[in-house]
Amino acid sequence: MATSWGFTLFLCMLLIACGGLSLASEEAEPRNSQTDTGTGSSSNTTGEGGHGAGPITTLPIVTWKWHHISTQYLVALWILVAWLCKLIIESNHHVTNVIPESALLICFGFVLGGMIWGADKVQTFMLTPTVFFYFLLPQVILDAGYHMPNKLFFTNLGAILVYAVIGTCWNAASLGLSLWGCHMGGLMGDLDIGLLQYLLFGSLMAAVDPVAVIAVFEQVHVNDVLFIIVFGESLLNDGVTVVLFNVFDGFVSLGGSQIDATEIVKGVVSFFVVAFGGSLVGIVFGLLISLLTRFTKNIQIIEPGFIFVIGYLSYLTAEMLSLSAILSTVFCGVLCQKYVRANMHENSVQTVKYAMKVFANGSETIIFVFLGISAIDKIIWVWNTGFILLTVFFVFVYRFIGVFFLTWILNRYRLVPLEFIDQVIMSYGGLRGAVAYGLAVMLDENKIKEKNLMVCTALIVVYCTVIWQGMTMKPLVTWLKVKRAEVNELTLLEKMTNKMFNHTLVAIEDISGQIGHNYLRSKWKYFEEKWISRILMKPSARKKQDEVFNVFHQLNLKDAMEYVAEGECRGSLEFIRKESVAIDFRKKFESEYSEDMPDMRANMSNGHRATSTTRDPFPSVSVEIHKHTMKAMTEAEAVNAHHLLDQHLYKSRNQHRHRFSRSKFIINKDEKEVQEIFQRTMKNRLESAKMGGSPKTIVKHTKKEHQRKMPKGKSISQTKLCHSGDEDFGFSEGDSASGYDLPYPSFPMRDSKPGGGIENSAFVSDLYPTDSLQTPPWLAEGELDSSMVAPSLRAQASLPTSPIEMRHLGLLRISTRSTDTKQMDIDQLPPPPTPPPPPPSSNM
Amino acid sequence: MGSSSSSRNKIPNAQELMDQTGFSSAHLLRLYDRFESLDRDNRGYLSPDDFEALGGLAMNPIGGRIIDAFFSSGIPWTFPPLSGFWLISVQLTETVTKKEHSKSSPTAGPGSSNLYDLDRDGKISREELLQVLRAMLGLQVTEEQLQSIAERAIQEADLDKDDAISFDEFKKSLEKVDIDTKMSIGFLK
Repeated sequence: MATSWGFTLFLCMLLIACGGLSLASEEAEPRNSQTDTGTGSSSNTTGEGGHGAGPITTLPIVTWKWHHISTQYLVALWILVAWLCKLIIESNHHVTNVIPESALLICFGFVLGGMIWGADKVQTFMLTPTVFFYFLLPQVILDAGYHMPNKLFFTNLGAILVYAVIGTCWNAASLGLSLWGCHMGGLMGDLDIGLLQYLLFGSLMAAVDPVAVIAVFEQVHVNDVLFIIVFGESLLNDGVTVVLFNVFDGFVSLGGSQIDATEIVKGVVSFFVVAFGGSLVGIVFGLLISLLTRFTKNIQIIEPGFIFVIGYLSYLTAEMLSLSAILSTVFCGVLCQKYVRANMHENSVQTVKYAMKVFANGSETIIFVFLGISAIDKIIWVWNTGFILLTVFFVFVYRFIGVFFLTWILNRYRLVPLEFIDQVIMSYGGLRGAVAYGLAVMLDENKIKEKNLMVCTALIVVYCTVIWQGMTMKPLVTWLKVKRAEVNELTLLEKMTNKMFNHTLVAIEDISGQIGHNYLRSKWKYFEEKWISRILMKPSARKKQDEVFNVFHQLNLKDAMEYVAEGECRGSLEFIRKESVAIDFRKKFESEYSEDMPDMRANMSNGHRATSTTRDPFPSVSVEIHKHTMKAMTEAEAVNAHHLLDQHLYKSRNQHRHRFSRSKFIINKDEKEVQEIFQRTMKNRLESAKMGGSPKTIVKHTKKEHQRKMPKGKSISQTKLCHSGDEDFGFSEGDSASGYDLPYPSFPMRDSKPGGGIENSAFVSDLYPTDSLQTPPWLAEGELDSSMVAPSLRAQASLPTSPIEMRHLGLLRISTRSTDTKQMDIDQLPPPPTPPPPPPSSNM
Repeated sequence: MGSSSSSRNKIPNAQELMDQTGFSSAHLLRLYDRFESLDRDNRGYLSPDDFEALGGLAMNPIGGRIIDAFFSSGIPWTFPPLSGFWLISVQLTETVTKKEHSKSSPTAGPGSSNLYDLDRDGKISREELLQVLRAMLGLQVTEEQLQSIAERAIQEADLDKDDAISFDEFKKSLEKVDIDTKMSIGFLK
């Protein structure tokens, strides 16, 4: 830990140093580094800017073209630096336990800003509103919307709206008026700020910031209701903030004298237009995404991209129409999540999920770091004790007053009232963040003389709330014993009962003859299922809708993963093998496991296609099952066995496909596999006929016997080791298998059936040379094997050589379906007493 | 309030009820009205038929079961309701919420377990679970899948490995669920 820490720190410093210094010399004059590509404008005097610097006398082999890439380079470098900061912070858990990450990131920003300041003497980098609002914020918001717990959100929507709309207005008005009052009272000395400017300032300081709230509350794990109220408020109050900001900005421009009733009415109207218009835009785009994903089956690879592009478009469109962009994106995400998840392939769903997190988390990090960096700027250091301290004080106090008052009203209507402690946390969670700062920077200096003071104050309020309140939040939550979110383990029964409760509630409302939440919800669900889903969802996807079923599926996946991770998970094994379970059920499980197995490590969720409805290629099942069992063996044995299995067992070919194709992950169709199996079977029989007898079959059998005899719970490390071995073979398998097939000219799977990736020319042409050159992996293993001969020899005594058994096995190999299950049944027999070690490698 | 006090006389021992439950007379009246509208034949008590006639319940996938649970004690429903969970739950809570199921009350407790437990043997067997599942999941899921879900659900909760969920096991498995919040509905507002 310490070393890695030191290393990263060093690396980070190094980067900053070279970044900062080299920029320092060159970046001095283009201050707008983010937008200006700076190619033509700054042909530098240093002489290294080769492009167009002068007539060339000779052909340059290497030229230094800093200007061509300076902007892009800086952007990339800054992203890297910001993320490295996060890396450093996150590798120190004892620190993040006390101080929240966001606060630490800001502090890092201070340090970085200081370094730049030291090198440059000018504030070179800062968080500009353009960058923030157009490049950093959208993905955070989209992520928030897309991963919104819908049910929770809509159940508490009333409360959220009250806080977001009334609460924010209250914050803005009270802050503005109080400051103005204090100004009038002479507490701030000589400031050129009028009432309207104060109100404008109040409106930009009013909004609770989604980014800051997410960052802090994510680490505190308060209970769901509390979280969703604060979080939802922070998202939805954007509509209000934008309106208030625009209205007051307009008022300030108009000047006090021209504001009459009409203008005020216009302001109120514009609120509704902006808020609902924004939401509407979001809904339209959400529908668009949902509809689109119905048809993206054939372009699975870029399918996830649509979510991001259209989500971003919804943000931009709302911005273009001067509607609330945040609201638009939130609703876009909220709306599309369900249908997108149902429509897209499960891989794409996972991709979206993780990519979304990457973007959101990444830009969140950058936002905080730059918030820190922005502080180191002489221009905005305008200190006015009265103004700043009073703002901090009022922001804090009015938040409390607003929350308590609104909760008092809400609690009269809430079924489960918000407790006092919850209210304290809600008030305390009123963090201000980058949105306030961004809006402050956007102020027009010509209209507002004290812009810099406002920016400065905004920054200080942000620091106070994020650093101070963020730091004290956790102790406070612990101290007040706020109900935390329980770490719930997913259970099926619970989900079932939940669903039953819902039905019961609806029934009770029916009986009591009352139209309540539950009644409405059930009606909505009915409507949605009947109409909306039909339009927006693929017919095949509608099946997976059910919650209980989903949980079931997830549990199965989890089991599969545990199974792999721990080698032997008692529960799941038991589960498969339980005699009482219906056959089909067992099959399903196995196919799911087998599907998940090969790519498990590479891609956590590659195997979802076996979502229990499609019975996938069956032959592969037995193969993969053996693969599992093998993990229990020692490495050497595994190596040995692997070669054997490699050679003899039917391979599903879905592992190497995507290494060659950029646009398709095609998994084999059934027929192809059957063909291959047939081919191999024939080949093997031929060989064994040549050899007289079928040693291989026997060997294989013993191998299997051996496998099942291995004690289940070998030490984890060992199984891990074996598993990683497994993985390596995962690569070679494809090659070696094809290498094997090639010498047989009549191999039909080469030229048959479109659709399989195998006839992909790139793939094939790639294969031929490698086949001839490469040593097949199993040869290498063979050498290994030879060292293992000793234990193997012992084994030969116990080889089953009875011809009946052999014939039985031979039969097994020909037909695919029924016998595979039979094989498995064999596998499930109780293990014989003595494990025969692996057979000699000579049988190759 | 004038009219309500006049019609309050219709309700037998209204004052007593109000004292017991903390309902206001308006609430009581509202309940009574509903009771009367449910009791179509003016028999003075409710029977399962009355409930089945409700459109919403007929559409409810587990409607029949809920009605069964309501009438599980075998006592006909008179007003004030002497059986069922109405009265019990009302006593439990100060606020005007209604709880169908509550762990703290021994009589109301088996309520939701009852919804599963058809043969009233105090256990939820796989077959019973399967029936509920079948009712709730509808046609989209195949029978085998239903079976495996039921199997899985039993496994989760079954502590003594008797292949059935007893009431205690049921309670235990739902310990973490905030049933009070989940099973509260706004009522008599």
